[in-house]
Amino acid sequence: MSLLEETVAWFSEPAQWSGATGIPWRLAQHIGYTALAVAAAALVAVPLGLYIGHTGRWRNLAVLSTGALRALPTLGLLTLLALQLGIGLSAPIIALAVLCVPPLLAGIYSGLEAVDPATVDAARAQGMTEAHVILRVELPLAMPLIIGGLRSAVLQVIATATVAAFIGVGGLGRYIIDGLAVSDTARVLGGAVVVVILALVIDALFAAAQRLSAHFADPATPTKERHA
Amino acid sequence: MSIKRLATVSAAALLVLSACSDPDDAGQESDDAAQESAGTIGIGSADFPESQIIAEIYAHALEAEDFQVERNFQIGAREVYMPALENAEIDLMPEYTGNLLSYLDPETTATSAEDIEAEIPQALPEGLEVLDTAEAQNKDSLNVTEEFAAQNDLESIGDLAELEQLSLAANPEFAERAYGIPGMEEVYGITDVDFTPISDGGGPATLQALLDGTVDVADIYTTTPSIEENDLVTLEDPEDMIAAQHVVPVVRAEAMDEQARSILNEVSAALTTEALTQMNARNSGDEVEEPATIAQDWLEENDLG
Repeated sequence: MSLLEETVAWFSEPAQWSGATGIPWRLAQHIGYTALAVAAAALVAVPLGLYIGHTGRWRNLAVLSTGALRALPTLGLLTLLALQLGIGLSAPIIALAVLCVPPLLAGIYSGLEAVDPATVDAARAQGMTEAHVILRVELPLAMPLIIGGLRSAVLQVIATATVAAFIGVGGLGRYIIDGLAVSDTARVLGGAVVVVILALVIDALFAAAQRLSAHFADPATPTKERHA
Repeated sequence: MSIKRLATVSAAALLVLSACSDPDDAGQESDDAAQESAGTIGIGSADFPESQIIAEIYAHALEAEDFQVERNFQIGAREVYMPALENAEIDLMPEYTGNLLSYLDPETTATSAEDIEAEIPQALPEGLEVLDTAEAQNKDSLNVTEEFAAQNDLESIGDLAELEQLSLAANPEFAERAYGIPGMEEVYGITDVDFTPISDGGGPATLQALLDGTVDVADIYTTTPSIEENDLVTLEDPEDMIAAQHVVPVVRAEAMDEQARSILNEVSAALTTEALTQMNARNSGDEVEEPATIAQDWLEENDLG
């Protein structure tokens, strides 16, 4: 049997579609880890990004430190954290959040920076408080770039969350790590295919959200590409 | 000017080098030919430190008796070095009995040291043989903390069946292999194991999970220094659920004369699990000594070098 046939056979086994080791549950775990990691990253990235984008302060520091963060190998960080925090969810969630902060932060501060200063001045001239300026003017206008940052952050986490399986938690990485351990290539490939499909679906959702937000930020932008 | 000078110097250097290398090459070839008949022994090793340490022990022991050896270390997986042995690219490899047999005969059900040793000679390809096995063995072992062993009166794997709840950390393959979860149920009647797969081969993360109480039992290789360093209790395996993995030299029969064989057999006679564990400890942690030095020191301590 070819690898392709074996993989198709792997997908068609009933055991793959129910229970704690089935695809639906593993998929739910994977999405759950991704959501937790992105939420944890947002706790840091959103306030920091708004501050940097709004004031323009610390910009260089942010660029430098997020660049350095991006260079951290997630698997190494995961192992280090697992030794400190023990086996469980906290180590992989933190490691993935670290991966997630740079694109999220960059999306937010560059989105805010890209807002025309004249628009911000006009908002202030109308008597808006700084909080109102951020919430009602800068954020909506920056939204396409912020969603772009979120999109790239989420996709990186979906792809990388597979490493969490190295230290005993679930998710789609289990198929890849366990399959490798017993040389079950069909299982490895099957797990990878599910990750790819998940990534593509989520990416398509974000692409739609980005177009929609661009429309809100500037109603002249079409929500769909028009074909003449 | 300086560039021109540099070029001249390099050209001269190249000339000297090539002049040197030519006769050397020729010499090497005739040397090779001479050694082939006099028996240069090509020694391989797998790509993990312990295999390299054992290979260095073989190499130093043979060199001490004026054998010519050639080191081809860190070859990698069995799928690579076993064919290399068959093709006479190397003549000697340190091996582990259980893994060697299951590579040669994937269908084997032998797990005891005796059964495995009895089956290996028939399973080996023609021209290859194993010499004496050492007492030293590096196999999976189930370990608990001293405290947990005392609390639950644990000595052997079978005693785990008495526990109401049992959690265990090991490499992911433990969930599916005969020496793992299926074997625990079949051989010792242990069911409902809460399994945490950690992919570090009984390394620091597995140890951490055991020490902080995340799991009750951890699968750690027998020659890992952390077992002794943390006073872990290795559970006995009277039913041989876990296949024996004694260190054994696999050799190309033609390449080994009587003297070489007896040197290697003397090494095997002296090599214990404890010695191997201590040598591994020197290769890791604070010391990180070179395999060659570790091997040399051990041979001297045992009057073999």
